[in-house]
Amino acid sequence: MDHWIQFWPRTAAVNGEVVNALYIAELAVCGLILMTVVGLMFSFCVRYRAGSTASRANLTEKTWHWEIGWTTATLVLLLIGFVWGAAVYIWLYKSPLGDLEVYVVGKQWMWKMEHPGGQREIDALHVPVDKTVRLLLASQDVIHSFFIPAFRIKHDAVPGQYETVWFKATKPGTYLIECSEFCGTEHAHMKGEVVVMEPAAFALWLRDQGVRESLAQEGEALFREHGCSGCHGENSTVHAPSLVGVYGGIVHLQDGSAVRADERYLRDCILLPRTFTVAGYPPVMPDFSGQLGEDDLVKLIAYIKSLAR
Amino acid sequence: MATITAGLPTSYVTSENTISSWLLTKDHKRIALLFFASITFFFFIGGIAATLIRMHLATPEGLLQPDIYNRMFTMHGIVMVWFFLIPSIPTTLGNFIIPLAIGAHDLAFPRINLASWYVFNLSGLVLLYALIMGGIDTGWTFYTPYSTLFANGYVIAATLAVFINGFSSIMTGLNFVVTIHRLRAPGMTWMRLPLFVWGIYSVSLVMLLATPVLAMTVLLVAMERFMGVGIFDPARGGDPLLFQHMFWFYSHPAVYIMILPAMGVVSELITCYVRRPIFGYTGMTYALMSIAIISFFVWGHHMFTAGISIYSAVVFSLMTFFVAVPSAIKVFNWTASLHKGSITFDAPMLYALGFVLLFTIGGLTGLIVATVALDVHLQDTYFVIAHFHYIMVGGTVSAFFGGLHYWWPKITGRLYPEMWARMAALLTFVGFNLTFFPQFILGYLGMPRRYYAYPPEWQAWNVLSSAGASILAVAYILPLGYLGWSLLRGERAAPNPWRATGLEWQTSSPPPKHNFERTPVVTAGPYLYDPEDGGFIAQNGAVNA
Ligand code: HEC
Ligand SMILES: [Cu+2]
Ligand SMILES: [Cu+2]
Repeated sequence: MDHWIQFWPRTAAVNGEVVNALYIAELAVCGLILMTVVGLMFSFCVRYRAGSTASRANLTEKTWHWEIGWTTATLVLLLIGFVWGAAVYIWLYKSPLGDLEVYVVGKQWMWKMEHPGGQREIDALHVPVDKTVRLLLASQDVIHSFFIPAFRIKHDAVPGQYETVWFKATKPGTYLIECSEFCGTEHAHMKGEVVVMEPAAFALWLRDQGVRESLAQEGEALFREHGCSGCHGENSTVHAPSLVGVYGGIVHLQDGSAVRADERYLRDCILLPRTFTVAGYPPVMPDFSGQLGEDDLVKLIAYIKSLAR
Repeated sequence: MATITAGLPTSYVTSENTISSWLLTKDHKRIALLFFASITFFFFIGGIAATLIRMHLATPEGLLQPDIYNRMFTMHGIVMVWFFLIPSIPTTLGNFIIPLAIGAHDLAFPRINLASWYVFNLSGLVLLYALIMGGIDTGWTFYTPYSTLFANGYVIAATLAVFINGFSSIMTGLNFVVTIHRLRAPGMTWMRLPLFVWGIYSVSLVMLLATPVLAMTVLLVAMERFMGVGIFDPARGGDPLLFQHMFWFYSHPAVYIMILPAMGVVSELITCYVRRPIFGYTGMTYALMSIAIISFFVWGHHMFTAGISIYSAVVFSLMTFFVAVPSAIKVFNWTASLHKGSITFDAPMLYALGFVLLFTIGGLTGLIVATVALDVHLQDTYFVIAHFHYIMVGGTVSAFFGGLHYWWPKITGRLYPEMWARMAALLTFVGFNLTFFPQFILGYLGMPRRYYAYPPEWQAWNVLSSAGASILAVAYILPLGYLGWSLLRGERAAPNPWRATGLEWQTSSPPPKHNFERTPVVTAGPYLYDPEDGGFIAQNGAVNA
């Protein structure tokens, strides 16, 4: 940080190393193409300047074999770049099951992080090194974009839906978190830092937060408060599905479609029960949109997820 | 204006001289000049915003208030995109030259042409209203739900301005399409059209097809903001990403609206100063048309990190890579056109060479951001800013200035001072690179766009960029001075000072009101230059004249 000029960003995650390799390869190819074009232009400009003695006889007339030649050459080069890029992208964005899951809620102009153990942070994210960390991104208001340059990962946080992104940090240290989607006056200060720690130090940190209840436990309380348990509880008389073991399974909906019950699905069930009605059940589940903030949703979902079969 | 050309045979400038003969003119040449006045005005408004932005970013904490800064980049974007870049080449050089180049007496619909100018100015007034009342801070992209529910500022006025502006685009596009289909002089077959005409033709199709979608999109934004219809608001069951799909469905093609005419201009300049036929004319026309078509299928590349499905992102990436093929063909063909030429380096040629280099860099970095995995890191950073400025400013604006110098004698009847013009061309190139190249580095370092403040370790690159911007400012103001001077004092131009082949050079400079004494008959393809003896055959068959 004390260098007055920076040429290359720090790289502190496996994601970053993979992206670097691809970037360097593409820079090299682009540099080569640019040099070829510049070299040809320059030499032609010198050789064929007006008044030079170079011969202009036999202008190339049949041009198509040249054109087909360089069209195919570019196409092949491009396809390599495309395939490589696509493969890395799928790897970057297909979120694996994390060793650790953290909920990230963006709101004008801060990032709120919630750990499964109930630890909360604002504009800071403590994570252990060498562990896959899966982030669930949500937004309370406008679109934000969660960006950690040193990890080369970014994903928009879009109001009304959950997005996931993951990383595996490789070097302990402190790295910048930014918001990269314009979100209003203080967009430039919607920043934070990831603190990558050795696992032991991380465990200590978790313990020192003085948290009594985990997210799921808080969710359970909300589940009762909002009357969810009245219908979904074990002794309920309403014909409502049990939520035990829903998460991760396949659910068949009224309209005949089948969906995987991930966080996004659970969220939609709570906020848009009419659009996501489970097959074989009456559409009596009340619509909770407007009643539950992103924070409460996060807790409820953490609770439902904890109801493993 | 009257005094300038006094003593010449009556031209379109001198034929009538009342104010209403200008404001109610149906002459495409005069309308072109009216458009010139309007877009020059907006270029300087957008330029002032750009100057403030670069001054602000010279230090990490800047000098403007955050809200002011946010209004500045928004104004810069809206003004430059819709009020300068998109109309720039079509409404001025296109308006003036296309009828001349195809041997027509005017555009197909002279009244619609004039109406387009009025509509353009109306939209400009609405925008100025929004600006003066306090501006807006949504960015030129108007992303929802920020623009609809959160932004304070004159969003409705600004979207209305963009909405109205679209009609001007549509009218102009329609006019060119019909003109090029119907009014070509006898013998001017499609495969004899100069590439500038092809460029304008392809861009007009895109304008016609894409602009209505923009109009719908901004109208929905205004409605949602004003009446609370829930199209984009997730709380009402809307979808904020729907906005992005609709917006980029127009705004990606819009990038090509800016670059296609520029490609046409540059093809004219290069052949003339290299004095040989363009390399691969047919390939060039196919390339223009395929860029125009593919441009409609790549909008998703603006949304790789927005939460669209992974697989659709991959398909959009593939389509984007395909655009690179015709673009590469163009670059290779321009380069090959230098081979065995007899090259002089007049200012228009310097601008054209600058265009090819900057467009190449813009195109290559476009491949980098089209690579989905790299875009995850680069999306919404300065890398993207640098990339599209290379295309839109390095490319389009260079071509615009090149074309302006090239056709200046035809438009005004005067020659511009060559040494000054060469200097401006060189300064443009140097200033441009110094301004925008550091931004590629800032982008990979991770500096997001639209940041009014940034960490101090990024200052060095920002200072360089701001220094470059001041050079660029000089390069853009300089022509205003010496071109203005040449209007009064410049040497009188002959009908064909560059010994070029286009039909526009086969009439006097400036042209008479109805363009040609007699409708020309075309007997030759474009670009019949002979590098061995410097001779040429104009499209009407005239040899060396
Ligand atoms: C009035 C009774 C009722 C209440 C109160 C209620 N639900 Fe439901 N819920 C239902 C019914 C009936 C269904 C099945 C039909 C449907 O999907 O709409 C359902 C479906 C669901 C599902 C989808 C289950 C699956 O198998 O896919 C979830 C998740 C859910 N509810 C969560 C909640 C939460 C969280 C609350 C409290 C905030 C809640 N529900 C409150 C009746 C209720
Ligand atoms: Cu932001
Ligand atoms: Cu695009």
